[in-house]
Amino acid sequence: MKRYIVFLFLAILGLTLSQTFQEIPFGKDRRGNLENPDRVAAFYLKEAPSSLQTANSITAIVVNFRGFDTLGEVTVLFLAATGLASILYRKEEEEDKEERIVLRSSSLLRTGAKILFPLILLLGIYVFVHGHLTPGGGFQGGAIIATGFLLMLITYKRFTTNHNIMVWLESLAGLAFVAIGLYGLFRYGSFLQNTRSVGTLNDLISGGFIPLIYIFIGIKVSTELTNILDILLKIKPRKARKG
Amino acid sequence: MAFLFFLIIMAVILISAAIYAVIQKDLLYAVLATGIISLILSVFFYLLQAPDVAITEAAIGIALTTIIFIITIRNTSRNEDEYTEDHINKFDRK
Repeated sequence: MKRYIVFLFLAILGLTLSQTFQEIPFGKDRRGNLENPDRVAAFYLKEAPSSLQTANSITAIVVNFRGFDTLGEVTVLFLAATGLASILYRKEEEEDKEERIVLRSSSLLRTGAKILFPLILLLGIYVFVHGHLTPGGGFQGGAIIATGFLLMLITYKRFTTNHNIMVWLESLAGLAFVAIGLYGLFRYGSFLQNTRSVGTLNDLISGGFIPLIYIFIGIKVSTELTNILDILLKIKPRKARKG
Repeated sequence: MAFLFFLIIMAVILISAAIYAVIQKDLLYAVLATGIISLILSVFFYLLQAPDVAITEAAIGIALTTIIFIITIRNTSRNEDEYTEDHINKFDRK
């Protein structure tokens, strides 16, 4: 009985999706008139390079036109990390360090991790510093940095992250994001309003506050995800049951 | 033509990995299959001119989610059946 209900729901979902996709004309130009925008997509594509001087129009949408949504997204991630920490965080004891990795990693993995770790960090920092020029941004760069820390955490027994520094970095980055928003509110009259002097297109310092905000988001996301992984890895593995 | 063939093979691998992840009882293999799904999806996102989404899918879908699931499996139970039987036994005792 349960199985038939599942199939029924799947069929309804499939029908809805197929009807939705039939409405979308794939492979055709759907941007509309770029010179005199009549739709919001055309407006974004016109405004991002001209008035914001941002090469990556996705970043312009995410950080500038929809900046308040991004603040909400960062808050959701922060709440998720805080909730996980409040459930699972335990004070570090001496025996915990020995429990994290049961077997010693092979020398191939240890050497490879040592070589790759700085390169992964560099790639992550590049991705979020160049968020307004190339694909990527704060969330992507932060996730890449977190994978670098993950590699070190699962390879070395002794590798630990300083919890206090992580928490302070995360909080300061979040506060800086809000502070930029408040600066826009008091100076130009609306929350997260960008500056008037936005630089020139394709420069490293262009787009007004966009690179600054993405650097803060990158720091915040990377420290949060690293903290989550650190907390999860500190849980003691359940003892193997007999039988 | 060769590119289309490559795309079709990738799509077939994607769907079969998804089906494998659903029917596999050993959860470790199921999680690895979801990692393969993320890998192929990120290639597809890149080919569909969404490099931003492709980077996100590569970092979060392949690395972080898979590892978090593997840590969870390490702390709970590896076999799907074993877990449910355990629960039934627990309820019986009460």
